[in-house]
Amino acid sequence: MKPATALRLGLITLIVLILEILSRSGAISRFVAPPPSEIVVDLGRLLLSGRVQPAIGQTLGKITIACALAIAVGTLVGVVVQHFRAVADTLSPFFTAYYAVPIYAFYPMMIAIFGIGEAPQIVIGFMLAVVAVVVNTISALDRIPRVFRKTAAVYGMSTLEAARRIYLPHAGPYLATGVKLAVSYSFIGVIGAEFIMSRIGIGHEIVFAYNNFENQVMYPLILFVLLAAGTVNWVFYAWEKRLLSRRSRS
Amino acid sequence: MSSARNNLFVILSMFGVWQITYWAIGDLALRPPLDTIRNAWSLIGSEGFMAHLNETLQAFTFALAIAVTVGVALGFCLGMNRLAGEVGEPLLVSFYSLPKITLYPIVLLIFGIGMPSKVAFGAIHGIMPITIFTLGALRNLPPILGRTSKVLRLTRWQSVWTILFPAARPEIFTGLRLGFSLTLIGTLLGEMFASQRGIGFLLMQAIGLHDTDRIMALTFLIVGFAITASLMLLAINRHLRHGAA
Repeated sequence: MKPATALRLGLITLIVLILEILSRSGAISRFVAPPPSEIVVDLGRLLLSGRVQPAIGQTLGKITIACALAIAVGTLVGVVVQHFRAVADTLSPFFTAYYAVPIYAFYPMMIAIFGIGEAPQIVIGFMLAVVAVVVNTISALDRIPRVFRKTAAVYGMSTLEAARRIYLPHAGPYLATGVKLAVSYSFIGVIGAEFIMSRIGIGHEIVFAYNNFENQVMYPLILFVLLAAGTVNWVFYAWEKRLLSRRSRS
Repeated sequence: MSSARNNLFVILSMFGVWQITYWAIGDLALRPPLDTIRNAWSLIGSEGFMAHLNETLQAFTFALAIAVTVGVALGFCLGMNRLAGEVGEPLLVSFYSLPKITLYPIVLLIFGIGMPSKVAFGAIHGIMPITIFTLGALRNLPPILGRTSKVLRLTRWQSVWTILFPAARPEIFTGLRLGFSLTLIGTLLGEMFASQRGIGFLLMQAIGLHDTDRIMALTFLIVGFAITASLMLLAINRHLRHGAA
Protein backbone atom coordinates (compact mmCIF):
# COMPACT_ATOMS: atom_id res chain seq x y z
CA MET A 1 0.00 0.00 0.00
CA LYS A 2 2.78 2.41 0.92
CA PRO A 3 4.57 2.50 -2.47
CA ALA A 4 1.19 2.97 -4.17
CA THR A 5 0.50 6.05 -2.05
CA ALA A 6 3.92 7.46 -2.85
CA LEU A 7 3.42 6.81 -6.56
CA ARG A 8 0.00 8.45 -6.44
CA LEU A 9 1.42 11.59 -4.85
CA GLY A 10 4.23 11.56 -7.39
CA LEU A 11 1.73 11.31 -10.23
CA ILE A 12 -0.30 14.25 -8.94
CA THR A 13 2.85 16.33 -8.48
CA LEU A 14 3.94 15.47 -12.02
CA ILE A 15 0.59 16.55 -13.50
CA VAL A 16 0.65 19.85 -11.59
CA LEU A 17 4.24 20.40 -12.66
CA ILE A 18 3.42 19.78 -16.33
CA LEU A 19 0.52 22.23 -16.12
CA GLU A 20 2.81 24.77 -14.50
CA ILE A 21 5.43 24.41 -17.23
CA LEU A 22 2.88 24.48 -20.06
CA SER A 23 1.29 27.58 -18.62
CA ARG A 24 4.56 29.39 -17.90
CA SER A 25 5.92 28.64 -21.35
CA GLY A 26 2.75 29.98 -22.94
CA ALA A 27 1.60 26.68 -24.48
CA ILE A 28 -1.58 27.14 -22.44
CA SER A 29 -2.54 30.75 -22.89
CA ARG A 30 -3.04 32.83 -19.78
CA PHE A 31 -6.54 33.56 -20.97
CA VAL A 32 -7.42 29.87 -20.62
CA ALA A 33 -5.68 29.10 -17.35
CA PRO A 34 -3.06 30.69 -15.12
CA PRO A 35 -0.26 28.46 -13.78
CA PRO A 36 -1.22 26.35 -10.71
CA SER A 37 1.21 28.16 -8.41
CA GLU A 38 -0.50 31.48 -9.16
CA ILE A 39 -3.92 29.92 -8.53
CA VAL A 40 -2.77 28.85 -5.07
CA VAL A 41 -1.35 32.31 -4.31
CA ASP A 42 -4.57 33.94 -5.57
CA LEU A 43 -6.63 31.61 -3.41
CA GLY A 44 -4.62 32.63 -0.34
CA ARG A 45 -5.08 36.30 -1.18
CA LEU A 46 -8.80 35.83 -1.84
CA LEU A 47 -9.33 34.06 1.48
CA LEU A 48 -7.33 36.68 3.39
CA SER A 49 -9.27 39.53 1.78
CA GLY A 50 -12.43 38.16 3.42
CA ARG A 51 -14.44 38.88 0.30
CA VAL A 52 -15.68 35.34 -0.27
CA GLN A 53 -16.14 34.16 3.32
CA PRO A 54 -19.89 34.88 3.48
CA ALA A 55 -20.42 32.92 0.25
CA ILE A 56 -18.37 30.00 1.53
CA GLY A 57 -20.23 29.94 4.85
CA GLN A 58 -23.59 30.06 3.05
CA THR A 59 -22.73 27.25 0.72
CA LEU A 60 -21.25 24.93 3.35
CA GLY A 61 -24.26 25.55 5.60
CA LYS A 62 -26.68 24.61 2.83
CA ILE A 63 -24.68 21.50 1.99
CA THR A 64 -24.71 20.40 5.63
CA ILE A 65 -28.47 20.77 5.93
CA ALA A 66 -29.14 19.02 2.60
CA CYS A 67 -26.83 16.16 3.49
CA ALA A 68 -28.20 15.65 7.02
CA LEU A 69 -31.78 15.64 5.73
CA ALA A 70 -30.89 13.19 2.96
CA ILE A 71 -29.25 10.79 5.40
CA ALA A 72 -32.16 10.91 7.86
CA VAL A 73 -34.95 10.60 5.28
CA GLY A 74 -33.03 8.22 3.02
CA THR A 75 -32.30 5.77 5.82
CA LEU A 76 -35.92 5.81 6.94
CA VAL A 77 -37.26 5.26 3.43
CA GLY A 78 -34.64 2.59 2.76
CA VAL A 79 -35.60 0.63 5.87
CA VAL A 80 -39.30 0.78 5.00
CA VAL A 81 -38.82 -0.13 1.32
CA GLN A 82 -36.44 -2.97 2.11
CA HIS A 83 -39.02 -4.42 4.46
CA PHE A 84 -41.26 -5.08 1.47
CA ARG A 85 -39.15 -7.20 -0.86
CA ALA A 86 -41.43 -6.81 -3.89
CA VAL A 87 -41.41 -3.00 -3.61
CA ALA A 88 -37.61 -2.88 -3.44
CA ASP A 89 -37.26 -5.15 -6.49
CA THR A 90 -39.79 -3.19 -8.48
CA LEU A 91 -38.22 0.18 -7.71
CA SER A 92 -34.59 -0.73 -8.34
CA PRO A 93 -34.48 0.02 -12.13
CA PHE A 94 -36.06 3.40 -11.43
CA PHE A 95 -33.30 4.31 -9.01
CA THR A 96 -30.73 4.05 -11.82
CA ALA A 97 -32.88 6.11 -14.17
CA TYR A 98 -33.23 8.73 -11.46
CA TYR A 99 -29.66 9.89 -12.02
CA ALA A 100 -30.44 10.78 -15.63
CA VAL A 101 -33.19 13.16 -14.55
CA PRO A 102 -32.02 16.76 -14.75
CA ILE A 103 -33.04 17.67 -11.21
CA TYR A 104 -32.06 21.28 -11.92
CA ALA A 105 -35.05 21.52 -14.24
CA PHE A 106 -37.24 21.47 -11.14
CA TYR A 107 -35.52 24.54 -9.79
CA PRO A 108 -38.19 27.04 -10.94
CA MET A 109 -40.82 24.80 -9.39
CA MET A 110 -38.86 24.74 -6.13
CA ILE A 111 -38.75 28.53 -6.13
CA ALA A 112 -42.50 28.64 -6.59
CA ILE A 113 -43.02 26.19 -3.74
CA PHE A 114 -40.32 27.22 -1.28
CA GLY A 115 -39.83 30.84 -2.23
CA ILE A 116 -36.68 32.70 -3.20
CA GLY A 117 -33.79 32.13 -0.86
CA GLU A 118 -31.74 29.17 0.18
CA ALA A 119 -34.46 26.56 0.56
CA PRO A 120 -34.72 25.60 -3.15
CA GLN A 121 -30.97 24.97 -3.36
CA ILE A 122 -31.08 22.83 -0.24
CA VAL A 123 -33.98 20.84 -1.70
CA ILE A 124 -32.03 20.24 -4.93
CA GLY A 125 -29.03 18.98 -2.96
CA PHE A 126 -31.33 16.83 -0.88
CA MET A 127 -33.08 15.35 -3.93
CA LEU A 128 -29.77 14.35 -5.50
CA ALA A 129 -28.40 12.83 -2.31
CA VAL A 130 -31.41 11.05 -0.89
CA VAL A 131 -31.63 8.32 -3.53
CA ALA A 132 -28.03 7.26 -2.95
CA VAL A 133 -28.81 6.81 0.75
CA VAL A 134 -31.99 4.84 0.00
CA VAL A 135 -30.22 2.52 -2.45
CA ASN A 136 -27.32 1.87 -0.09
CA THR A 137 -29.57 1.33 2.92
CA ILE A 138 -31.50 -1.28 0.96
CA SER A 139 -28.35 -3.06 -0.17
CA ALA A 140 -26.88 -2.87 3.35
CA LEU A 141 -29.95 -4.49 4.86
CA ASP A 142 -30.07 -7.07 2.06
CA ARG A 143 -26.62 -8.23 3.07
CA ILE A 144 -27.63 -9.15 6.62
CA PRO A 145 -27.53 -12.95 6.75
CA ARG A 146 -30.72 -14.68 7.85
CA VAL A 147 -28.89 -16.35 10.70
CA PHE A 148 -28.42 -12.92 12.29
CA ARG A 149 -32.14 -12.30 12.25
CA LYS A 150 -32.71 -15.73 13.74
CA THR A 151 -30.12 -15.09 16.43
CA ALA A 152 -31.89 -11.89 17.36
CA ALA A 153 -35.16 -13.81 17.58
CA VAL A 154 -33.57 -16.54 19.70
CA TYR A 155 -32.31 -13.95 22.17
CA GLY A 156 -35.73 -12.39 22.21
CA MET A 157 -34.40 -8.98 21.22
CA SER A 158 -36.75 -6.19 20.29
CA THR A 159 -36.32 -4.82 16.78
CA LEU A 160 -34.61 -1.71 18.11
CA GLU A 161 -32.20 -3.65 20.26
CA ALA A 162 -31.37 -6.02 17.40
CA ALA A 163 -30.83 -3.05 15.12
CA ARG A 164 -28.43 -1.44 17.56
CA ARG A 165 -26.48 -4.53 18.56
CA ILE A 166 -26.51 -6.69 15.42
CA TYR A 167 -27.75 -5.05 12.23
CA LEU A 168 -26.03 -1.69 12.54
CA PRO A 169 -22.55 -3.07 13.32
CA HIS A 170 -22.89 -5.52 10.45
CA ALA A 171 -24.31 -3.12 7.88
CA GLY A 172 -22.08 -0.23 8.97
CA PRO A 173 -19.63 -0.17 6.05
CA TYR A 174 -22.41 -0.28 3.44
CA LEU A 175 -24.31 2.46 5.22
CA ALA A 176 -21.06 4.44 5.25
CA THR A 177 -20.97 4.16 1.46
CA GLY A 178 -24.40 5.77 1.33
CA VAL A 179 -23.30 8.57 3.65
CA LYS A 180 -20.20 9.16 1.54
CA LEU A 181 -22.27 9.42 -1.64
CA ALA A 182 -24.79 11.67 0.10
CA VAL A 183 -21.99 14.08 0.97
CA SER A 184 -20.69 14.30 -2.57
CA TYR A 185 -24.16 14.52 -4.14
CA SER A 186 -25.23 17.31 -1.82
CA PHE A 187 -22.04 19.18 -2.81
CA ILE A 188 -22.93 18.65 -6.47
CA GLY A 189 -26.58 19.58 -6.00
CA VAL A 190 -26.16 22.73 -3.93
CA ILE A 191 -23.27 24.16 -5.93
CA GLY A 192 -24.98 23.26 -9.21
CA ALA A 193 -28.15 25.03 -8.12
CA GLU A 194 -26.10 28.07 -7.15
CA PHE A 195 -24.59 28.00 -10.62
CA ILE A 196 -27.94 28.24 -12.35
CA MET A 197 -29.72 31.02 -10.57
CA SER A 198 -28.72 32.32 -7.23
CA ARG A 199 -27.40 35.55 -5.85
CA ILE A 200 -25.26 34.04 -3.12
CA GLY A 201 -22.86 31.17 -2.60
CA ILE A 202 -19.64 29.87 -4.12
CA GLY A 203 -21.36 28.62 -7.27
CA HIS A 204 -22.71 32.09 -7.96
CA GLU A 205 -19.29 33.67 -7.30
CA ILE A 206 -17.70 31.34 -9.85
CA VAL A 207 -20.28 32.18 -12.53
CA PHE A 208 -19.93 35.88 -11.73
CA ALA A 209 -16.14 35.70 -12.09
CA TYR A 210 -16.49 33.72 -15.32
CA ASN A 211 -18.84 36.24 -16.85
CA ASN A 212 -16.40 39.04 -16.00
CA PHE A 213 -13.32 37.15 -17.26
CA GLU A 214 -11.87 37.29 -13.75
CA ASN A 215 -9.62 34.26 -14.02
CA GLN A 216 -7.73 35.28 -10.90
CA VAL A 217 -10.96 34.83 -8.92
CA MET A 218 -12.58 31.99 -10.84
CA TYR A 219 -9.72 29.49 -10.75
CA PRO A 220 -8.95 29.92 -7.03
CA LEU A 221 -12.65 29.42 -6.23
CA ILE A 222 -12.84 26.30 -8.41
CA LEU A 223 -9.72 25.05 -6.66
CA PHE A 224 -11.34 25.78 -3.31
CA VAL A 225 -14.48 23.80 -4.19
CA LEU A 226 -12.43 20.88 -5.48
CA LEU A 227 -10.21 20.93 -2.36
CA ALA A 228 -13.17 21.18 0.02
CA ALA A 229 -15.13 18.41 -1.70
CA GLY A 230 -11.99 16.33 -2.08
CA THR A 231 -11.05 16.62 1.58
CA VAL A 232 -14.53 15.76 2.84
CA ASN A 233 -14.75 12.82 0.44
CA TRP A 234 -11.34 11.59 1.46
CA VAL A 235 -12.30 11.69 5.16
CA PHE A 236 -15.40 9.60 4.50
CA TYR A 237 -13.49 7.27 2.19
CA ALA A 238 -10.95 6.62 4.96
CA TRP A 239 -13.76 6.10 7.47
CA GLU A 240 -15.46 3.57 5.19
CA LYS A 241 -12.17 1.73 4.66
CA ARG A 242 -11.59 1.54 8.40
CA LEU A 243 -15.05 0.12 9.05
CA LEU A 244 -14.50 -2.48 6.33
CA SER A 245 -11.07 -3.54 7.57
CA ARG A 246 -12.29 -3.75 11.15
CA ARG A 247 -15.01 -6.13 9.96
CA SER A 248 -12.70 -8.37 8.00
CA ARG A 249 -10.44 -8.79 11.04
CA SER A 250 -13.19 -9.99 13.33
CA MET B 1 -43.87 -10.81 -17.42
CA SER B 2 -44.55 -9.89 -13.80
CA SER B 3 -41.67 -7.40 -13.91
CA ALA B 4 -43.35 -5.64 -16.84
CA ARG B 5 -46.55 -5.45 -14.80
CA ASN B 6 -44.61 -4.11 -11.81
CA ASN B 7 -42.96 -1.44 -13.94
CA LEU B 8 -46.32 -0.40 -15.33
CA PHE B 9 -47.62 -0.18 -11.78
CA VAL B 10 -44.73 2.04 -10.64
CA ILE B 11 -45.16 4.33 -13.65
CA LEU B 12 -48.90 4.63 -13.05
CA SER B 13 -48.35 5.42 -9.38
CA MET B 14 -45.81 8.10 -10.35
CA PHE B 15 -48.51 9.68 -12.49
CA GLY B 16 -50.85 9.39 -9.51
CA VAL B 17 -48.41 11.12 -7.14
CA TRP B 18 -47.84 13.80 -9.76
CA GLN B 19 -51.57 14.47 -10.11
CA ILE B 20 -52.05 14.60 -6.33
CA THR B 21 -49.08 16.98 -5.97
CA TYR B 22 -50.67 19.16 -8.62
CA TRP B 23 -53.92 19.26 -6.69
CA ALA B 24 -51.99 20.14 -3.54
CA ILE B 25 -49.74 22.86 -5.00
CA GLY B 26 -51.84 24.23 -7.77
CA ASP B 27 -51.21 25.95 -11.04
CA LEU B 28 -48.29 28.05 -9.85
CA ALA B 29 -45.42 25.77 -10.77
CA LEU B 30 -46.91 22.49 -11.91
CA ARG B 31 -49.04 21.19 -14.73
CA PRO B 32 -51.16 18.07 -14.43
CA PRO B 33 -49.95 14.91 -16.24
CA LEU B 34 -52.50 14.96 -19.04
CA ASP B 35 -51.79 18.59 -19.95
CA THR B 36 -48.08 17.87 -19.90
CA ILE B 37 -48.42 14.92 -22.24
CA ARG B 38 -50.48 17.06 -24.59
CA ASN B 39 -47.88 19.85 -24.40
CA ALA B 40 -45.05 17.41 -24.97
CA TRP B 41 -46.84 16.05 -28.01
CA SER B 42 -47.33 19.46 -29.55
CA LEU B 43 -43.73 20.35 -28.66
CA ILE B 44 -42.49 17.33 -30.60
CA GLY B 45 -44.54 18.43 -33.59
CA SER B 46 -43.45 22.05 -33.33
CA GLU B 47 -41.12 23.64 -35.82
CA GLY B 48 -37.41 23.28 -35.11
CA PHE B 49 -37.80 20.82 -32.25
CA MET B 50 -36.44 17.95 -34.31
CA ALA B 51 -33.28 19.93 -35.06
CA HIS B 52 -32.70 20.47 -31.34
CA LEU B 53 -33.42 16.83 -30.58
CA ASN B 54 -31.08 15.73 -33.32
CA GLU B 55 -28.33 17.93 -31.96
CA THR B 56 -28.72 16.51 -28.46
CA LEU B 57 -28.84 12.91 -29.67
CA GLN B 58 -25.71 13.48 -31.72
CA ALA B 59 -23.82 15.01 -28.79
CA PHE B 60 -25.05 12.26 -26.48
CA THR B 61 -24.03 9.49 -28.90
CA PHE B 62 -20.54 10.95 -29.28
CA ALA B 63 -20.16 11.45 -25.54
CA LEU B 64 -21.38 7.95 -24.78
CA ALA B 65 -19.05 6.43 -27.37
CA ILE B 66 -16.09 8.27 -25.83
CA ALA B 67 -17.15 7.43 -22.27
CA VAL B 68 -17.57 3.71 -23.04
CA THR B 69 -14.36 3.35 -25.05
CA VAL B 70 -12.16 5.32 -22.68
CA GLY B 71 -13.88 4.00 -19.56
CA VAL B 72 -13.58 0.32 -20.46
CA ALA B 73 -10.03 0.72 -21.79
CA LEU B 74 -8.91 2.60 -18.70
CA GLY B 75 -10.64 0.06 -16.48
CA PHE B 76 -8.76 -2.78 -18.19
CA CYS B 77 -5.43 -0.95 -17.97
CA LEU B 78 -5.87 -0.40 -14.25
CA GLY B 79 -7.59 -3.71 -13.56
CA MET B 80 -4.90 -5.90 -15.12
CA ASN B 81 -2.03 -4.29 -13.30
CA ARG B 82 -2.24 -4.47 -9.54
CA LEU B 83 -0.01 -1.49 -8.81
CA ALA B 84 -1.67 0.72 -11.42
CA GLY B 85 -5.04 -0.15 -9.89
CA GLU B 86 -3.90 0.74 -6.38
CA VAL B 87 -2.43 4.01 -7.56
CA GLY B 88 -5.34 4.97 -9.78
CA GLU B 89 -8.49 3.88 -7.98
CA PRO B 90 -8.58 6.48 -5.16
CA LEU B 91 -7.89 9.18 -7.76
CA LEU B 92 -10.80 7.94 -9.88
CA VAL B 93 -13.16 7.70 -6.93
CA SER B 94 -12.36 11.19 -5.76
CA PHE B 95 -12.75 12.62 -9.25
CA TYR B 96 -16.06 10.78 -9.58
CA SER B 97 -17.43 12.48 -6.47
CA LEU B 98 -16.31 16.02 -7.29
CA PRO B 99 -18.94 18.54 -8.36
CA LYS B 100 -17.96 18.46 -12.02
CA ILE B 101 -20.30 21.32 -12.77
CA THR B 102 -17.66 23.66 -11.31
CA LEU B 103 -15.37 22.59 -14.14
CA TYR B 104 -17.71 23.88 -16.81
CA PRO B 105 -16.05 27.30 -17.16
CA ILE B 106 -12.76 25.50 -17.79
CA VAL B 107 -14.35 23.16 -20.34
CA LEU B 108 -15.85 26.20 -22.04
CA LEU B 109 -12.53 28.03 -22.15
CA ILE B 110 -10.87 25.01 -23.71
CA PHE B 111 -13.54 23.83 -26.15
CA GLY B 112 -15.60 26.96 -26.75
CA ILE B 113 -19.37 27.11 -27.00
CA GLY B 114 -20.96 24.37 -29.05
CA MET B 115 -20.76 20.70 -29.85
CA PRO B 116 -17.24 19.85 -28.58
CA SER B 117 -17.80 21.18 -25.07
CA LYS B 118 -21.16 19.40 -24.77
CA VAL B 119 -19.54 16.14 -25.79
CA ALA B 120 -16.65 16.74 -23.40
CA PHE B 121 -19.01 17.52 -20.55
CA GLY B 122 -21.09 14.39 -21.18
CA ALA B 123 -18.01 12.19 -21.47
CA ILE B 124 -16.45 13.60 -18.27
CA HIS B 125 -19.57 12.53 -16.38
CA GLY B 126 -19.74 9.08 -17.93
CA ILE B 127 -16.13 7.87 -17.95
CA MET B 128 -15.59 7.52 -14.20
CA PRO B 129 -18.44 5.15 -13.26
CA ILE B 130 -17.64 2.92 -16.24
CA THR B 131 -13.95 2.78 -15.30
CA ILE B 132 -14.69 2.10 -11.65
CA PHE B 133 -17.13 -0.71 -12.44
CA THR B 134 -14.77 -2.29 -15.01
CA LEU B 135 -11.94 -2.16 -12.51
CA GLY B 136 -14.11 -3.75 -9.83
CA ALA B 137 -15.36 -6.41 -12.23
CA LEU B 138 -11.83 -7.46 -13.17
CA ARG B 139 -10.70 -7.51 -9.57
CA ASN B 140 -13.57 -9.77 -8.54
CA LEU B 141 -12.87 -12.38 -11.21
CA PRO B 142 -11.77 -15.74 -9.84
CA PRO B 143 -7.96 -15.95 -9.99
CA ILE B 144 -8.21 -19.29 -11.78
CA LEU B 145 -9.15 -17.43 -14.96
CA GLY B 146 -5.84 -15.58 -14.94
CA ARG B 147 -3.97 -18.81 -14.32
CA THR B 148 -5.85 -20.54 -17.13
CA SER B 149 -4.80 -17.91 -19.61
CA LYS B 150 -1.22 -18.32 -18.43
CA VAL B 151 -1.37 -22.10 -18.85
CA LEU B 152 -2.77 -21.66 -22.34
CA ARG B 153 0.06 -19.18 -23.06
CA LEU B 154 -2.34 -16.59 -24.33
CA THR B 155 -1.00 -13.19 -25.20
CA ARG B 156 -2.29 -10.29 -23.13
CA TRP B 157 -4.63 -9.26 -25.91
CA GLN B 158 -5.97 -12.80 -26.41
CA SER B 159 -6.65 -13.29 -22.73
CA VAL B 160 -8.52 -9.98 -22.57
CA TRP B 161 -10.62 -10.84 -25.59
CA THR B 162 -11.37 -14.51 -24.97
CA ILE B 163 -11.37 -14.82 -21.17
CA LEU B 164 -11.43 -11.64 -19.11
CA PHE B 165 -13.91 -9.60 -21.10
CA PRO B 166 -16.58 -12.33 -21.45
CA ALA B 167 -16.27 -13.18 -17.75
CA ALA B 168 -16.50 -9.58 -16.56
CA ARG B 169 -19.16 -8.56 -19.08
CA PRO B 170 -22.25 -8.58 -16.83
CA GLU B 171 -20.63 -6.34 -14.25
CA ILE B 172 -19.10 -4.04 -16.84
CA PHE B 173 -22.57 -3.68 -18.30
CA THR B 174 -23.89 -2.56 -14.90
CA GLY B 175 -21.29 0.20 -15.04
CA LEU B 176 -22.43 1.08 -18.55
CA ARG B 177 -26.00 1.41 -17.31
CA LEU B 178 -24.94 4.00 -14.73
CA GLY B 179 -22.59 5.60 -17.24
CA PHE B 180 -25.48 5.94 -19.68
CA SER B 181 -27.56 7.92 -17.17
CA LEU B 182 -24.67 10.12 -16.11
CA THR B 183 -23.54 10.82 -19.67
CA LEU B 184 -27.09 11.88 -20.49
CA ILE B 185 -27.25 14.31 -17.57
CA GLY B 186 -23.75 15.54 -18.38
CA THR B 187 -24.67 16.26 -21.99
CA LEU B 188 -27.86 18.03 -20.95
CA LEU B 189 -26.01 20.11 -18.36
CA GLY B 190 -23.43 21.00 -20.99
CA GLU B 191 -26.25 22.15 -23.24
CA MET B 192 -27.89 24.12 -20.47
CA PHE B 193 -24.77 26.19 -19.89
CA ALA B 194 -22.68 26.01 -22.98
CA SER B 195 -24.85 25.86 -26.04
CA GLN B 196 -27.30 27.64 -28.27
CA ARG B 197 -28.95 24.43 -29.45
CA GLY B 198 -30.29 21.19 -28.10
CA ILE B 199 -32.82 19.99 -25.54
CA GLY B 200 -30.79 21.33 -22.61
CA PHE B 201 -30.70 24.76 -24.23
CA LEU B 202 -34.49 24.68 -24.73
CA LEU B 203 -34.87 23.75 -21.07
CA MET B 204 -32.62 26.57 -19.87
CA GLN B 205 -34.49 28.99 -22.11
CA ALA B 206 -37.81 27.84 -20.66
CA ILE B 207 -36.43 28.19 -17.13
CA GLY B 208 -35.34 31.73 -17.95
CA LEU B 209 -38.78 32.60 -19.31
CA HIS B 210 -40.62 30.85 -16.44
CA ASP B 211 -42.51 28.94 -19.11
CA THR B 212 -43.87 26.19 -16.87
CA ASP B 213 -45.72 24.40 -19.69
CA ARG B 214 -42.51 23.97 -21.60
CA ILE B 215 -40.34 23.11 -18.57
CA MET B 216 -42.75 20.34 -17.63
CA ALA B 217 -43.05 19.03 -21.18
CA LEU B 218 -39.26 18.91 -21.69
CA THR B 219 -38.59 17.36 -18.29
CA PHE B 220 -41.30 14.79 -19.01
CA LEU B 221 -39.68 13.85 -22.31
CA ILE B 222 -36.19 13.59 -20.76
CA VAL B 223 -37.40 11.54 -17.79
CA GLY B 224 -39.42 9.30 -20.12
CA PHE B 225 -36.38 8.69 -22.31
CA ALA B 226 -34.15 8.03 -19.29
CA ILE B 227 -36.57 5.55 -17.71
CA THR B 228 -37.28 3.70 -20.97
CA ALA B 229 -33.58 3.37 -21.78
CA SER B 230 -32.77 2.34 -18.23
CA LEU B 231 -35.41 -0.39 -18.22
CA MET B 232 -34.21 -1.71 -21.58
CA LEU B 233 -30.59 -1.76 -20.45
CA LEU B 234 -31.60 -3.53 -17.26
CA ALA B 235 -33.39 -6.22 -19.29
CA ILE B 236 -30.22 -6.74 -21.37
CA ASN B 237 -28.17 -6.82 -18.18
CA ARG B 238 -30.37 -9.54 -16.68
CA HIS B 239 -30.08 -11.50 -19.89
CA LEU B 240 -26.26 -11.23 -19.76
CA ARG B 241 -26.11 -12.34 -16.16
CA HIS B 242 -28.34 -15.28 -16.98
CA GLY B 243 -26.10 -16.25 -19.85
CA ALA B 244 -22.99 -16.03 -17.67
CA ALA B 245 -24.37 -18.13 -14.84
